[in-house]
Amino acid sequence: MLNYLIKRLLSTVPVLIGISLLLFFMLRMLPGDPAQVLAGQMATPEEIENIRHQLGLDRPIYEQYAVYLNHLARFDLGRSARTQNPVIEEIWARLPNTILLAVVAISLACLFGIPAGIISAVRPYSWIDYFVTTTALFGMSMPVFWLGLMLVVVFSVILKWLPAGGTGGWQHVILPSFTLAAFVVAFIARMTRSTMLETLSQDFTTTARSKGLKEQTVIVKHALKNALIPIITVIGLQFGLLLGGAVLTETVFAWPGLGRLIVDSILARDYPMIQGTIHIFGLLYIMVNLAVDFIYAFVDPRIRYD
Amino acid sequence: MSEPATPLLEIKDLHTRFHTLDGTVNAVDGVDFDVYQGETLGLVGESGCGKSVTALSILQLLRCPPAEIQGRILFEGNNLLDLDREGIRKIRGNEISMIFQEPMTSLNPVLRIGEQIAEAAKIHKRMTRQEAWRWAVEMLRMVQIPGPGSRSKQYPHKFSGGMRQRAMIAMALSCNPRLILADEPSTALDVTIQAQIMSLMQKLKEEFNSAIVLITHDLGIIAEMVSRVVVMYAGKVVEEAPVKELFKDPRHPYTQGLLGSIPVIGRKEQTGRRLQEIPGIVPSPMETPLGCRFHPRCHKVMNRCQEQEPPMIHLAEHRRVSCLLEA
Repeated sequence: MLNYLIKRLLSTVPVLIGISLLLFFMLRMLPGDPAQVLAGQMATPEEIENIRHQLGLDRPIYEQYAVYLNHLARFDLGRSARTQNPVIEEIWARLPNTILLAVVAISLACLFGIPAGIISAVRPYSWIDYFVTTTALFGMSMPVFWLGLMLVVVFSVILKWLPAGGTGGWQHVILPSFTLAAFVVAFIARMTRSTMLETLSQDFTTTARSKGLKEQTVIVKHALKNALIPIITVIGLQFGLLLGGAVLTETVFAWPGLGRLIVDSILARDYPMIQGTIHIFGLLYIMVNLAVDFIYAFVDPRIRYD
Repeated sequence: MSEPATPLLEIKDLHTRFHTLDGTVNAVDGVDFDVYQGETLGLVGESGCGKSVTALSILQLLRCPPAEIQGRILFEGNNLLDLDREGIRKIRGNEISMIFQEPMTSLNPVLRIGEQIAEAAKIHKRMTRQEAWRWAVEMLRMVQIPGPGSRSKQYPHKFSGGMRQRAMIAMALSCNPRLILADEPSTALDVTIQAQIMSLMQKLKEEFNSAIVLITHDLGIIAEMVSRVVVMYAGKVVEEAPVKELFKDPRHPYTQGLLGSIPVIGRKEQTGRRLQEIPGIVPSPMETPLGCRFHPRCHKVMNRCQEQEPPMIHLAEHRRVSCLLEA
């Protein structure tokens, strides 16, 4: 187990190098000159050249990459070209907000999605199943920004129950986390329904019933436990995506998270900032996947890492 | 054979239909037979003749809808079909238990073997967790699994096919049921393991004094294990006989065909004989032939077989046949 963990942790290094390579060269293919953006519309060519020199952008591209990689190896993400603050500090300041939103959203999604999927699967083609699947279809196909705006209109503008944006108390978390959760609830509910339908029709479920077990024992202990692997996979992937910052939701609700940070940085061609945040995303995503793999072994005794 | 007068299980005019999008499927169509305390009854027929559906109907393990079960299933005089969900649940695994065909898929892969055996005892015998677990270990010992203590803590993937079927038997017997429905319990196993499983079942049956309904298409097992045989074809009973009489004097052409298809080695009159086969396949329950259901495959077919449904003719006690040749 420990060997496996170490192997997996070491394998993140090539992944991160891969990310850095793609990221670095793709960024530089973007149209627009960071020096120009920083200097502003009125800057003279000399001023722009000056900034370019400061940022090291006048050096050959492979040299720039080598410097960047060298810093990365020492966990130095550099300074923001825009604010001059260390990138890591800006990320640190935003990360808790993003994690908070992601955790609340994924918890909501599990809380509603898994039971909805189970109920649907236990009574397939009943009115409740149609209700769940139709709602899930809406949840999956509704554009996030539209849903966010509608929630703001109803709960902030008309009813005045909840703040329309920003951070503060728990009230500020509700609307953005529901907006984010909508898609994930739907996704989890559909996944739970389909895998539960499958496990409920398998031989061991009939065996469980033939023993005279109560129906809820058959459903939860026998069927659900077998259906968990794909459900956990979906939860893990979705959680990873949410940790990457929900760009649209954070924008609609003026939520100071990583998603907005990255959009702002892209608009400003703030190379160090973009590179830093994306690396953090990558790292978080890898960690979530690693955690999911360990949860597998916990849920399914056939999966062992040794 | 001195059997007690009242049967343990009486099935009367059992019909099981499946309402599907393509129409209604009459999987079991008017089946009746009795099972007596402590006996082993064989239920024989080709795949798709309704044997398993009959067994699943007894415990109501079919999803309804699409299934619809009609008729009477009297267990110790009470109609199981009149029971509510809770009522039938108390019978399952407790009074009547079931052993399935596929030991590889019938055990839950994510629960420990001991847990799966203990579950029934916990719920029906009101044992505590520890008591039930000790009981499960005891049951594993009874079905001759070596090292039952440590084996009980393992998951099914560590068990071989034969061991899984032993575990299934332990599970089925754990509440000392009056009746065991064994649906092809040895079909999925190697021949040597088959014999072990069968003799184990025979031994435990005597120990527990349970009755067994043994569903199989293997006439060798029938000859060894059962006292009485019910032959089914296309959802109906076509013949019933004590096992010796069935092998000596099969009356229904279908039974004759089944027996004729067994290779017999070393017997003089068999040498050079071509192995008999029954031509064709079991008709789909959605398009059963008119008249006698067996007539398209029967080598003794007469004109009236195509129009007239054969009545059930009682020749003696537990000796009946449904064929117009006898009428």
